[in-house]
Amino acid sequence: MKRVGVFICHCGTNIAQAVDCEKVAQNAQAFPGVAFSTDYKYMCAEPGQDLIKKAISEHRLDRVVVASCSPRMHEPTFRKCLERAGLNPYLLEMANIREHCAWVHPDDKERATLKATELVRMAVAKVIQNEPLDRSTIPITKRALVIGGGIAGIQAALDIANAGHLVDIVEKEPSIGGRMAQIDKTFPTLDCSACILTPKMVEVANHPNVRLITYSEVEKVEGYVGNFEVTIRQKARSVDLSACTGCGLCTEKCPTKVPSEFEMEMMNRKAIYTPFPQAIPNKPVIDRENCRYFKTGKCGVCQKLCPAQAVDFTQEDQLVTERYGAIVVATGFDLFDDSVYGEYGYGRYKDVITGLHFERLVNASGPTMGKIKRPSDGQEPKNVVFIKCVGSRDEAKGKAYCSKTCCMYTAKHATLVREKIKDSNVYVFYMDVRTPGKGYEEFYTRTTDQYGAKYLRGRVSKIYEKGGKLIVRGEDTLLGRQIEIEADMVVLATAMVAKENAAELAQMIGFSYDQDNFYTEAHPKLAPVETHTAGVFLAGACQGPKDIPDSVAQASAAAVKVCGLLSKERMETEPTISIVNEAICAGCGMCVTVCPYKAIELKFIQERVDGKVINRRVASVNSGLCQGCGACTVACRSAALNLKHFTNEQILAEVDALCL
Amino acid sequence: MKYAYFPGCSLSSTGLEYDMSTRKVAQALGIDLWEIPEWNCCGASSAHLTDQLLALALPARNLAIAEAEGLDVAIPCAACYARSKATEVEVRASKEMEQTISEVIERPYTGKARARALLDIFVKDYGLDAIGTMVNKPLKGLKVVSYYGCLLVRPPKLGFDDPEDPQSMDSLIEALGGTPLNWAFKTECCGAAHATAQGEIGLSMIERILSGAKEVGADCIATACPLCMNNLDMRQNQATAKTGEQYNLPIFYFTELMGLALGLKPEELGVNKHFVNTSEVLNKLNEALTRRDTP
Repeated sequence: MKRVGVFICHCGTNIAQAVDCEKVAQNAQAFPGVAFSTDYKYMCAEPGQDLIKKAISEHRLDRVVVASCSPRMHEPTFRKCLERAGLNPYLLEMANIREHCAWVHPDDKERATLKATELVRMAVAKVIQNEPLDRSTIPITKRALVIGGGIAGIQAALDIANAGHLVDIVEKEPSIGGRMAQIDKTFPTLDCSACILTPKMVEVANHPNVRLITYSEVEKVEGYVGNFEVTIRQKARSVDLSACTGCGLCTEKCPTKVPSEFEMEMMNRKAIYTPFPQAIPNKPVIDRENCRYFKTGKCGVCQKLCPAQAVDFTQEDQLVTERYGAIVVATGFDLFDDSVYGEYGYGRYKDVITGLHFERLVNASGPTMGKIKRPSDGQEPKNVVFIKCVGSRDEAKGKAYCSKTCCMYTAKHATLVREKIKDSNVYVFYMDVRTPGKGYEEFYTRTTDQYGAKYLRGRVSKIYEKGGKLIVRGEDTLLGRQIEIEADMVVLATAMVAKENAAELAQMIGFSYDQDNFYTEAHPKLAPVETHTAGVFLAGACQGPKDIPDSVAQASAAAVKVCGLLSKERMETEPTISIVNEAICAGCGMCVTVCPYKAIELKFIQERVDGKVINRRVASVNSGLCQGCGACTVACRSAALNLKHFTNEQILAEVDALCL
Repeated sequence: MKYAYFPGCSLSSTGLEYDMSTRKVAQALGIDLWEIPEWNCCGASSAHLTDQLLALALPARNLAIAEAEGLDVAIPCAACYARSKATEVEVRASKEMEQTISEVIERPYTGKARARALLDIFVKDYGLDAIGTMVNKPLKGLKVVSYYGCLLVRPPKLGFDDPEDPQSMDSLIEALGGTPLNWAFKTECCGAAHATAQGEIGLSMIERILSGAKEVGADCIATACPLCMNNLDMRQNQATAKTGEQYNLPIFYFTELMGLALGLKPEELGVNKHFVNTSEVLNKLNEALTRRDTP
């Protein structure tokens, strides 16, 4: 006969005010198998745990039920408590009488007490069926992969590398640096973005523990935490990086001009180019789509002139496969397509630009050498209008969420216009001004009070051209009046959106993303850099709109998680995973298709049937990959799959306890 | 190609020439328009300011008659279109609404018969290429601004084109050989009934559109709404009296321009029924054609 101990927690008054805990403990005495039952104010606190330990030894308990909060937080606490008392931690069962009972039935103590009793009855029935389970260990590959070489990826890689671990950065573009490299100044301090970014780029590039794999993309991810096998496509750069000295002669002489992506197409680059002056690696790449040699077979000027003979037209994409223990995803964001707003005329009017265009216009190495000139005629704009929330907070045309950074960068832009053009007028149309961040509100106040930017609360309904001016028509909701402003230039605070191929990458690696294709953290508060897939972590704007300080903070947090993983030789795995009863498995493969973690594959086993040896197909669970979600056990038609600690028998025991 | 035809009240009164030109153009293109027998008013703005169910039920009756005949409904007037489309969308969205409406109008309407804007039918169903081949008097050199008004393509869930920067009428003008001009007042409100009730406000709205068209150098304005026509055409001299500016901008239903390009006579399209004289534009068109004809 099993000897179960039942411990009812009051959770202060959280549970006790809605549930008569003492009564539940009394009721539990009568359940089959229960040898001891009691209640206590805080079961998770030290005295509470001592009470459990003492009861285990005094009453020779071999199973424990704790009725308290959600197991999400304190199941590990009580499991450890059991371990210390000499019991297998999986002989614990929790009944959630807080979230599932007390909090949802605050007004009916009698029935809430009844429900709590029933929840405990089920837990007792299950715990009797529980089996002791042992955790196993797997070896860890001591190298991390960072996908994306923007500020988040760079910071994560540096932190991991400085902790003494090896790390690779895979960057899609020819240079690391990401969006931050395009930005002119940073809020709220107005220090130059490049001045704080480029030293980090150099540091990461020169770090002995870091390897940069630029102009490359992740193509396939297999394996599991501690042992990911990643296939990387190194795109043909057409320039031999080891031979090239970065002298720039090829770029200078290349006859083909292409609008520069880095300069938001406001300036030309060549077909053989480095994206920006401080690029790392500071070596060119050939844009084969636009290169005259690749289009017509004629030209080859760069190859003829290269003193190092580094130009190689015959290079091909290369696929390399590497093993990693952990992955940090730091793929960043894209900009919303503003042309959705036909009334603003973005794409039709040259002087209606995005915030990122403005960053380049105001940057000393940008198309205008830092002098603010409007794109249409190169004149210095006197009246500049900023429109916030373009694509953000607009469910009809854009995204429901707030892009978080726009209020601050618009304040920064307004400040810069006022600083650089003394006789300018700056108008900012806003819905709200949101400045949660250290020094942010002060910065915004300075923008209005000291720099004299005029903030107008309301939306813009239309922009049209009239006599070389942009007429911005909108509403001032504070005055309840329509307003028209003759602007020389309009800057749209464009929403941040997930990368175009964000969903694709998440599916490839196997973790979840939200309705806007931003990556989902494991817990919004308590696990903000983890994904639901063990060993895969998030950093930066791929998880949601973020400014630089937040991206850097998250990157460092992700790095700590990676270091925690890589600091061990082997790692423990949860034993609550699926097992296959090969005798009744029909090998249909349903489980293979439903498994979200690619943890099940089919294998052949040899069997002797009627004196003949036959090969039969059965499912096989990879214990490293299985996360114990149980999807396969539901899909399996012959009930050949069972989830340890949540076996069909255990679940049925609970159902029986409730219903019979 | 056959559609049920719902002309609506305006087209039998102030917008007579819209009806005339629609019928003539459809005939010339070989589109069969079956006028809904005993059609009723769509309710326009009066109904949906009074009672939601009434506003949905009034157009539903017309749609139901067309549905029984197995036809989609071609609707020239922007307001009639918007009201009818609203009914179609509501009925499609909810079985409950379908039942209520059918009960009220005492005949079944399931949402199968669709409300279609006449402009959309020409552009999407008939096709610009097909229209282009039918043109024998291209609108050569005629600079046209397309004026969609506030109702034709809005709200977004009822419209058939971009609600802020629509293109269908512009592309039609181009297919007719004309020169569509880009301008900023395509979907500006003409003031609707404001011109009657709040003269000052109404006139300022009309004036904005007219000067917007003038600004880009338009010869004329094309519209798809009888009320817009009323305001821009009939009240143009009032706007002139107020601002002192001579706009001299003839307003055309897009169907009239189609008719001219297809070689139909101006009188059978009703082009002679306008307040602002259209003869200058017609002369310009003829001159351009003669120039082309003489080697």
